[in-house]
This record gives sequence, C-alpha cells and structure tokens, in this order.
Amino acid sequence: MSIEGHDQSGDMATASDHEPEPTYGAKERGTILPTGSEWTFELIERYDQEIAKVAERYGLDTYRNQIEIISAEQMMDAYASNGMPINYTHWTFGKRFLSTEQTYKRGHMGLAYEIVINSNPCIAYLMEENTMPMQALVIAHACYGHNSFFKGNYLFRTWTHADSIIDYLVFAKSYIADCERRYGGKEVERVLDACHALQNLGVDRYKRPPRRSFAQEQARQKERESYVQAQVNELWRTLPQIKHDGDEEFEGNFPPEPEENLLYFVEKHAPLLDSWQRELARIVRKLGQYFYPQRQTQVMNEGWATFWHYTILQTMYDDGLLADSFMFEVLHSHTSVLTQPRFDSQYFSGINPYALGFAMFKDIRRICEAPAEEDYRWFPDIAGGDWLKTVHYAMRNFKDESFISQYLSPKLIRDFRLFCLIDDDQDAKMRVGAIHDDAGYRAVRDALSRQYSLAERDPDIQVTHVDMTGDRTLTLQHYTRDRKPLSPDYKDVMKHLAWLWGFKVKLDAVGEDGTIQTLHEVTLENRKRRVDARQIAAMRRP
Amino acid sequence: MSDIIDRRDNPRHKSAVNQQRFLKRYRNQVREAVARAISGRKIAETDRDASISIPARDLAEPTFGHGRGGKRSIVLPGNKEYVAGDELPRPSGGQGQGSGKGGASNEGEGEDEFRFRLSREEFLDFFFEGMELPDLIKTQLAAIPQQKSVRAGFKTNGTPTNLAIIRTMRESLGRRIALAAPHKFRLRELEEELFRLETQDDPDQASIAELIAECEHLRARILAVPFIDDFDLRYNNRVMQPKPIAQAVMFCIMDVSGSMDENRKDLAKRFFILLHLFLTRHYERIELVFIRHHTAAKVVDEEEFFHSTESGGTIVSSALELALEEIKERFPQDQWNIYVAQASDGDNWDSDSPKCKELLLKEILPRVQYYSYVEIETEQPQSLWLQYEEAKGAAPNLALGRIRTRSDIYPVLRELFSKKLLAVVA
Repeated sequence: MSIEGHDQSGDMATASDHEPEPTYGAKERGTILPTGSEWTFELIERYDQEIAKVAERYGLDTYRNQIEIISAEQMMDAYASNGMPINYTHWTFGKRFLSTEQTYKRGHMGLAYEIVINSNPCIAYLMEENTMPMQALVIAHACYGHNSFFKGNYLFRTWTHADSIIDYLVFAKSYIADCERRYGGKEVERVLDACHALQNLGVDRYKRPPRRSFAQEQARQKERESYVQAQVNELWRTLPQIKHDGDEEFEGNFPPEPEENLLYFVEKHAPLLDSWQRELARIVRKLGQYFYPQRQTQVMNEGWATFWHYTILQTMYDDGLLADSFMFEVLHSHTSVLTQPRFDSQYFSGINPYALGFAMFKDIRRICEAPAEEDYRWFPDIAGGDWLKTVHYAMRNFKDESFISQYLSPKLIRDFRLFCLIDDDQDAKMRVGAIHDDAGYRAVRDALSRQYSLAERDPDIQVTHVDMTGDRTLTLQHYTRDRKPLSPDYKDVMKHLAWLWGFKVKLDAVGEDGTIQTLHEVTLENRKRRVDARQIAAMRRP
Repeated sequence: MSDIIDRRDNPRHKSAVNQQRFLKRYRNQVREAVARAISGRKIAETDRDASISIPARDLAEPTFGHGRGGKRSIVLPGNKEYVAGDELPRPSGGQGQGSGKGGASNEGEGEDEFRFRLSREEFLDFFFEGMELPDLIKTQLAAIPQQKSVRAGFKTNGTPTNLAIIRTMRESLGRRIALAAPHKFRLRELEEELFRLETQDDPDQASIAELIAECEHLRARILAVPFIDDFDLRYNNRVMQPKPIAQAVMFCIMDVSGSMDENRKDLAKRFFILLHLFLTRHYERIELVFIRHHTAAKVVDEEEFFHSTESGGTIVSSALELALEEIKERFPQDQWNIYVAQASDGDNWDSDSPKCKELLLKEILPRVQYYSYVEIETEQPQSLWLQYEEAKGAAPNLALGRIRTRSDIYPVLRELFSKKLLAVVA
C-alpha cells in the first residue's frame, strides 16, 4: 500500500499495514463507567476525564473547558444573544427570545442540547434536561470537537480572539450602556439599527486585526475618539486652504481602492458621526467579524464535532468503558442528528451540515484506511495515508467552500445522490445540470462548494467613490453575478446607510459586461442644519 | 481538567431587558394586536397570557442580500430518477431554494406574521396603561397575593418544629410491635419449655442452660428494636393557599330591549370585558352577575346575557331594583367590593328615569365601590343620561360615558378609570 507522490510519511502507511489502529487504540479493557440516565456532577466529571483521555490520544488540542449546566430558560436566553454569556442591550435580542420561546413552548422546536462558545476557556452550556448519555455525547461533541476546531482552524485563528472576546463583550456592553445614559436610548438604538443593517458587509476578508486586551481596548478607544474626530474634521474642512507651493488640488478618487467593508468605511469616514457613534459602529463590526468564521465553517465545524463525538465514544465503547444500553442511546441521538431528508421530502430544509460534515470526515478516514481504486485516482495524496493526520490537516486549513472542493468524494456524491439543478429565470424550466455519474462528479462538487462560498451568498457591494468636491455623495457599486438581483429590502438598508453617512448615498448595479446602472438613491435633507453648525465649529478650531 | 459549573441558579431572563425594549419599540403594533386578541374571548377568559402576532414586515431588519431571480445552481440530495439534461417545471412558491442556510437573503419572505407570547401581566399592562380605579385602598391589599398556611395531612420529612409527635409515636409503636412480635412468640415458647424442663424431676441442666442463653439472646433482640427510628418520623404538612382577602362582585347590567342590536351588544361586551379585566388585576376572586332587562329584569348566565334577544319596552329601574336585591341578599358590602357596569342605548320610559336616579343616589351608590354607565350609539343624550348626569354631581363614584364605535370604547374606559378621576375622588 504505497502510492507514488504520497506526501505524507511512508512509515505511517506501512505501520497501518500491520495494525489498523497503531497508536490511538487502547489495548487494555477498562471497567464500565456507571450507567443510568440520571446525571450527577460527579458522573459528568468522570465521563469528562475519560473523554479527555481519549481525545488526547487522538491528538485533539483544545482550550481549557468550562462546562456550565443551565436550564431550558437560560438556554433560550443564550439563543437570543448568539450564545454569548453577555451582550449589549438591543431590542433585536428580545425579538429573538420571544420567537424562540414561542416555537419552543408550542413544541415546534426542541432546544439545542448544547451551545459552545469560541472563547478561552471554552465555555459550553449543557442543558439540565439531558440524560447522562446525552451529556457525555455533548461533552465529546462540544468540549472536544468544537473546542479543538476553534483552536485549530485557520479562520478562527486568524479572525477571532478567543482570549479576549468575553472581555470585549464586557467592554461593549458597558460602553453602550454608558452611551444610553449620555445620549439617550433612542439615539443609541438608531445607530445600532443602522449598523446592524450593514453588519453582514462589515467584515474584513483579508486584513487581520492585532490582538488586544480589555485595558488596551479601552485606552485605544479614548485615543481613537479624539484622533478620528480630528481627522474627519480635517477631511471635510470647507474653508479654502492657503495653498503652499507644490501643493496640488486633491484629484484622485476617494477612496483610493474600493472598500468592501461598509461598516469600516462608515466608522472611519462618515463625516457627521460623533465619536461615540463611530465606536458603536466599530463594536457591531467587531462582533460581525467574530462570527464571520462560523458562517464559513458550518459544515466543517459540525462535521468535525460530530465525527469526534462518534469516534471518541465508539473508542470508549470498544475499550469497555461504556455499557451497551449507554451506547444505544448515544447512537440513537447520533443518528437522529444526522438525518438528511431527500429534496422532495416535506421535511427537507436544505443540506444538513451535520450529515454532510460527518460523512465527509468519515469518508476521509475511509479513503485513508480502505481506499478503493477510484480514491487513488481522485485523492492520490491521501489515499492509504494516515487518517488522523489527514483529518487534522483538513480541519486546520480549510473552510466549507474549499473543504468540499478538496475532499468531497465521488462515493459521497453517490451516497447522498447529489444532483445539481440549474435555475435560470430566463428559461421556462429548471434543468438538471449534473448528477452522480462520472461526467457529473466535478460539476456537482464545484456547485456544492460554491453554494457554501460567502462571496457567492452575500452580494458583492463596495464603496467606490465619494464626491469630495461636490455634494459628498457616497457611491456603492453592486457587482452582480449571474444576474442575481438584491433582495427588495436593500432600499431600507440604503436609508440606514444614508442616515449614517449624513449625505446622499447612491447604489449602482454593475453588470457582468461592465454596464453601470443606478439602482437607488437616498437623499437626506433634515441633517443639513447640523452639518453647517458642525462645519462652523470645525472652522473655528485653531 | 475541565471546570464544571452549575449555572442553573443564576438569574434567568437575562434577556428580559431586551424583551422590554422590543415591546417598547413596537408598542403600537402590540397594542393593536392585543385589542384584536381580546375581542374573541369570553369575559372571564381574557385574563390569561396570550399569543400575539404582529406583521413581520414591521419588524424586519433589512440587510443586503440576494433576491429571487437570475441564474443559480442548487445542489440537492436524494436524486431518484433525474439524469443530466432533464428539465423540470419550476415549483411555485419558491420551493427548492433552500440551500441549507437560514436568514441572510430570505428575510421578509418567510412568515408574514411574527408570533410571540405575552405573559398575562404584559398583556394586561397594555390594556391598563394609565388607568386606575377609585377607592383603591382595599384593592391595594389584594394586588399582592396573600397566602396562608393550611394543614394538609402528614409527610415523612420536614423540619423538627413540624414534628407530629402523636403520629410519630403511633408509627413507632406499630413498628416495635411488628418487629418484636416474632421474637416475643418465640420467647414465650422457650419460657414455657424452660418452665417445663425446670419443673421436671430430673432437670436436664445442659438444655436448661441452652434455653436460658437463647432466651437472653431473644430478650436482647427485643430490646435492640429501636424505640424510635427515622422512618417513624411524621411531620405536619402545611401548604400555602392563596388567601382571598379581597373579593369583588361585578354586576353587568344590559338593556336587551328590541332597540339593542347586535352591534350595540358587541360594544357593550367589550366594555364589560375591560372592566372585568381591570378588576381581576385587583381582586383574588370575582363574581360576575349578569342582569338583563327590558320591561322586567332577570339574572341570567353569560351565554343568555349576550345572545338571546327580547323585544318590548324598557324599564331600567327594574334592573336596578333587582341588582339592589341581589346586593342585599348575597353580597353584603362588608365582605364584597361591589362594582356595577351598565350598558344601554338610553331608551327608557320617561317617568322611569327620575326613579332610576333616586334609586341610584339613595340606595345603590352608597353600597358600591363604583358605578359605571355607558350609553351606546345615541345621537342625542337620552333621558336616562340626563338624569344620571345630574346624579353625578352628587356622587363621585359614578362614571358616565357615551360610545359610538368600537374605537370609542377604549378612550371611554380610559376616561372612566383615569387617574384624573381618582384625583378628583380623593
């Protein structure tokens, strides 16, 4: 079993020839842990210790765990605030709570068994209603699966600060509460509403922010406050400047490069915002940025966690630690999470990320351990390799989009019977583009990968121009692809943006052929007076 | 390894403040929804939590996202018969769009209504903003539910102060008898045997000693039965029961003569509901008495009150007399807070109206907390109204209002129960 061009260590491949589980399986059989459905704190502790041992054998590198037992009501609270233990006050979280409560109490929806937060220590909420087998499953899933994903995956490593997120939320909450006291709840709500509308396009995709502690954050905030305001005043000064020799009229385009992070642009360049309003925009942007990796790794994250709760508990069972009855309950929950209804079923609501992710990680293991001829052709670099190294590598270096395009195998496409449907509004009917056959594998895989691409999901809207010399109109351009229009509420978003910007805002649609067409314009009149007062103030400054 | 923390005792409703923000922001929509919800309920059923729905588009949080249209490819699982190139009709209603993500682009399309549950308190708060009844001294007590502790048998655990000694001793005695009985029987047998052996001519000393030893052993066993044991203990069980210290009776008086059509009755019902709701806010227990009248008055149940029709003339004083009788017989005023709500289209025999005023001023008003009267859908104030208006000068606990449409009810009630009135009364 050795492959040409195999980039992983050959000795691993030979080792796996002798024993299927060379390093990870335990040899001795342990004694069965207490069974029964009631959990106690002692039991949770014991199970956690055993799970931790197995997780370590499989090389799962995690943050320290903080397991918190909560009630259903507290779980609904956690839902309402994106799972965060603390968050700023805003009506949208109340709305979310009420709707969760409604569906939960009427039995339309069960609550999650757990919520886990990307923080260090990694906080996992466990529901008190769970039985002991469920608690064990959830601990393996959240505290070792998700936790190691948070710590290992490149997107989380790059974009989120597990060490400081709780601190940042504390800062955000107290800052916003402070603003409400100073400027009134209505004013603060107005700004937050507007910023929330831009939150999904308030993300840096490439730049990476540095790490900072709470104290530094506070100090910097003060600094920013004075600095940014000064800068903005400078930028928008209307008094003719005395020209020095060699000075030239400002002629280039502003911004010099198109800016995709709308919220960032508003925070830095909106001429009329007060410094506290800029700080609010920053807070909303920061939190949007924090959740950005989660939106891109749903399949992987859930798949990884599911793969590990399954593998860890199965290993414990094989080691003789778990009773049959215990394992039955675990498997029952496990399989119900993995249900994937067919597209024509009444229960179908898209591809189940748990099912797809779990199947993919399991399939990677299969490709390594028992590759078929086809797998050698499709995955020459991993077929027959060390599965553990391969899954860790995949977990660390991919997001849903690239993970699928790299690892979705023909076998899985067949297992799921995936097919690609092309829906073009210029045609009378939809067309099946590709199915699970030799001709279609690549097309299906590409289409599925694109389906998880955020660039594909979120419209591509960028700030391209500010009319610096004229009426300060802010121009956005929407680069359309495949003629996909914006959803109709873009007009409301534009109103919010206009309010933040303080002057006219304009949205252009740029077609694939480069044609530009103005889609919408919002003009604000009622802020004019405030502008003048402020300009005068700016002019009087020495 | 891991830290395990029990958070179940931490404060719940962390998002309560957010909920309040939400209700405050959408106050108008919620108020309308509450009004809609109330019209479909019975008077006494109104005082519950309620599922409320408001149009989802009012609450939408807009974001930039993709809308329908253009060209897109969707990957779906569970292909059965399709091969590449097959064409299939586009499902109506936008099915098959679900690409596994919720949110982002489908905002505003999904549900038309945003449904949520208002607790009873929140629900009622929406109704009674700014309203207060006069004479709230008694009612203030009732607003805080008072409880008293009531005996409810015995239980096997509790605090030492609640130990039920007699019960415990009874248990103890029973247990001692039961546990010692086999030993006692055996002991008696052995003692008889011993006596027999000892009184024999040639006593067998060895067996006697053996028997004595066994007797000693049995006596020890009997003594070892504890005098009192954990499971003998019985405690007095007490449960807390709400203590109805304030009770009220509400008389609903309505004219059902031919001139009261369905629309007028509907308006009257809304008026009664609101008063009843307000009372439930302040009283533990509320009796409802429905009195309908045309030329003669009758006490009826709610169904009959609202739904059967009569024809004929109108003598209002018949209803007032009946109410007075009921008050005297069944609702002594030292035990009951009495409220009367009367609805009528104002029609009355001309000579009867002064009589009504007399009855009201001399007999009824001194006995009741509050008397409210609405005149429904009249062009001109009728004779009854005029008489009542005169009475009003002399009686601070009489309130009057004239309503024409549904939307008038609420403002009228507001006026009836407004704090302003309270201030005047005080």
